[in-house]
Amino acid sequence: MTEEMIDAGRLDDLLRAIVNGHRCQPGQLVQILREAQDALGYLPASALTAIARALALPRAQVEGVAGFYSFFHLAPVGRYRVLFSDNITDRMLGSAELLERLCNKLWIERGKVSEDGLVSVDTTSCTGMCDQGPALLVNGRAMTRMSAERIDRISELIRTQLPLADWPPEFALVEDNIRRRDTLLGAEWPAGEALRAAIARGAEAMLGEMKLSNLRGRGGAGFTTAIKWESARRAACHGEQGIRYVVCNADEGDPGAFMDRSVLESDPHRVLEGMAIAAYAVGAHTGYLYVRAEYPLAVKRLKLAIKQAERLGVLGHNILETGFDFHVEVRLGAGAFVCGEETALIASIQGGRGNPRPRPPFPAERGLWNSPTLINNVETFANIPTILRKGADWFASIGTEKSKGTKVFALAGAIRNTGLVEVPMGITLREIVYDIGGGIPGDRTLKAVQTGGPSGGCIPAEHIDLPVDYETLNKLGSIMGSGGMIIIDDSACMVDVARFFMEFCMTESCGKCVPCRAGTVQIHNLLTKIARGEASLEDLDRLEKLSNMVKRSSLCGLGQSAPNPVLSTLRYFRDEYLAHVVEHRCPAGVCKIAAEGEVIR
Amino acid sequence: MSPDVSVKTLVIDGRDVGATGEQTILEVAREHGIRIPTLCHLEGLMPAGACRMCLVEVVGSNKLLPACVTKVSEGMEVRTHTPELLELRRMTLELLFAERNHICSVCVSNGHCQLQSLAGEHGIDHIRFPYQYPRLQVDTTHPRYGMDPNRCVLCGRCVRVCAEVEGAHTWDLMGRGAGTLVTAELRTPWGLAQTCTSCGKCVQVCPTGALFDKGRAVAEMEKRREFVPAILAGRDEEEELVP
Ligand SMILES: Cc1cc2nc3c(=O)[nH]c(=O)nc-3n(C[C@H](O)[C@H](O)[C@H](O)COP(=O)(O)O)c2cc1C
Ligand code: SF4
Ligand code: SF4
Ligand code: FES
Repeated sequence: MTEEMIDAGRLDDLLRAIVNGHRCQPGQLVQILREAQDALGYLPASALTAIARALALPRAQVEGVAGFYSFFHLAPVGRYRVLFSDNITDRMLGSAELLERLCNKLWIERGKVSEDGLVSVDTTSCTGMCDQGPALLVNGRAMTRMSAERIDRISELIRTQLPLADWPPEFALVEDNIRRRDTLLGAEWPAGEALRAAIARGAEAMLGEMKLSNLRGRGGAGFTTAIKWESARRAACHGEQGIRYVVCNADEGDPGAFMDRSVLESDPHRVLEGMAIAAYAVGAHTGYLYVRAEYPLAVKRLKLAIKQAERLGVLGHNILETGFDFHVEVRLGAGAFVCGEETALIASIQGGRGNPRPRPPFPAERGLWNSPTLINNVETFANIPTILRKGADWFASIGTEKSKGTKVFALAGAIRNTGLVEVPMGITLREIVYDIGGGIPGDRTLKAVQTGGPSGGCIPAEHIDLPVDYETLNKLGSIMGSGGMIIIDDSACMVDVARFFMEFCMTESCGKCVPCRAGTVQIHNLLTKIARGEASLEDLDRLEKLSNMVKRSSLCGLGQSAPNPVLSTLRYFRDEYLAHVVEHRCPAGVCKIAAEGEVIR
Repeated sequence: MSPDVSVKTLVIDGRDVGATGEQTILEVAREHGIRIPTLCHLEGLMPAGACRMCLVEVVGSNKLLPACVTKVSEGMEVRTHTPELLELRRMTLELLFAERNHICSVCVSNGHCQLQSLAGEHGIDHIRFPYQYPRLQVDTTHPRYGMDPNRCVLCGRCVRVCAEVEGAHTWDLMGRGAGTLVTAELRTPWGLAQTCTSCGKCVQVCPTGALFDKGRAVAEMEKRREFVPAILAGRDEEEELVP
């Protein structure tokens, strides 16, 4: 559809309906842009102008927001928009070749719309289907387990312009590969019970119980949940008097992570109940669930679950007839990993660009619209009902001294049984990889386990008998992160692995602060140089210095942790770096070493 | 909530200083003649904490903190010039120089540029990283001013002064990451932007030669920050360019 084709009157009517649907709230800008794009195919300048006018926002601001998120298009896109999920696990499964194959079949260049406006093919950051990759999105719809045959079929389907709804359903099959359940994934009792018990006990007693449980956040940093709840409860209201918020972070953007998707798809009520309990504890009446746009199925089930819960009286107005109100709204992201960072997430929910801001003040003191805001991860919330139902003592009896309970990990990469495993904290990596994961396929051997995604690091095979808990992983130079676990075998090159994660951080950097915006580019440059066998020992030194600088100086967690994959591979696999630099050779045979005299691009 | 006016005592670089709880480390340091380099900050505008030039060490905190946004607290011990901080600032500047085209000798702001003076202050004589030099389109459509994104350090001062002081909000940031650009509304050429009042505030607050008066030759573009009243009231020390 081109701009001329949408006549001005129709455009105005259409956009007015969308804007009115959101009660003309500027805070809904991201959602309004989404719906406008769904209706128009892309966001022409005329639409942005109309939206700006309807919301009484400056046009520059509306455009700045539209220009921030990678799923918003300011120029026409193909009627079929194919986006290959770009995770290292997809790459291991040959996604790059498949992309090329599709481009060749369709006679198009990657990243460009075909001349007839029919199709465009490109990559997007990991879509959370790593256990069933290579995956791709067609107009936002996930397609899994791609193969050469499937790619050929897809090229035909596109050429014959078959509507997406009529595509073979098996292409869009999203499996729920749960390999091991424990107390969280295995919980089976009606929603509402834990909430009823919590309200009966009162907020203070509940906070006490939460403290005893020693639950730590499952979203990345491992912050003690009870402390966060307490500060959100006690913080002075800087925004509107008496208003506090609860936010569930379901932005799950780490390449290799898909735990939250599965929890939301299979047990949305548990998460909603956890949020309601948290809301009762901190004194909030409104909650937001921020879900990444790549998870349409999770969104659908969540919205349904919210309706059901309201009907059952465990959510919404006068919950369980106790006079407690708690309303939850779902908000969708639009393709920006950084929006998982809590201050960026707040900016995004408020309708802005997802730029983080310095902390302190922390969201628990000043969050959404300056009000105290409790932000927890999906899995953190999902743990709450179980803790309150079975007791903090029971919960604290699982796991290690400082890491309590169970953790869900997403196994992907070079492992037989990809999928989710819920295990008690403190289990060894060996048990996860070999006993549950079934070991490494083929005659390959384990080289490393990557945890914590782009913020984490690679744990070498020699440490697989160590327990998996927050402290041990930190000591090893990685982090627990949100639970992504990518198994790397000896066919992989660790310089290449580090380069993949740096490329991810570079692409996803919001660009606000200098160290991350410019530093990730230069680190990526250096890694490319090393991979091509063109770097000197001085470059290696520079790489290390710059990595430390980006870690120390960046504004938010994205930049502060972006160098971790580099630093951890330098720590454990320096010999591989040296082989590239000194001997101009890639031991795994992955990197293309530049021939003498070849110019680096 | 009322502002925290209680008196705090703290130590900055070994000196005992007094402040109120609402003040930032930067404000207090400036009051006492202690220099902390800044780039994205400008008094009178909302702080951004973006450039990271003003990072300082606070004893007891394992993270470095931006002085321009960090509020003082009782008993705080701040160090502004440790060897680590100096090296980090140097690298930040080098990253900026390598990011876009900052060849001073052909710039209208040569000699009057904050980036250049910061480089002088930090003794930068070579850049350890390869120059990226994206070739970005210069916008000369405005009758009085020009915009050269190749000289832009993305400090966001123009965006903020235009939105917060002039109330026009002609500028905003587009895109993200290294591809971020400052653009006039809806990527229209500046001269066609409907909201621009031609007040020139953005030109005056721009720390580099990215925004300039037209018709200036190399090295002629001196910024008059007193031109912007709200900022004059805030007394901005950035004027004192280090030779
Ligand atoms: C770049 C970046 C991305 C993040 N993405 C997520 C995410 O997708 N999901 C999540 O729960 N936390 C994410 N976090 C962590 C959140 O900022 C926050 O710490 C977390 O949601 C808190 O929840 P918890 O205490 O329950 O772990 C991210 C942090 C950073 C710096
Ligand atoms: S660290 Fe990166 S993502 Fe975070 S604020 Fe800085 S540029 Fe943005
Ligand atoms: S144009 Fe000038 S003021 Fe605006 S962001 Fe760039 S350097 Fe800063
Ligand atoms: S001056 Fe403080 S971060 Fe830029």
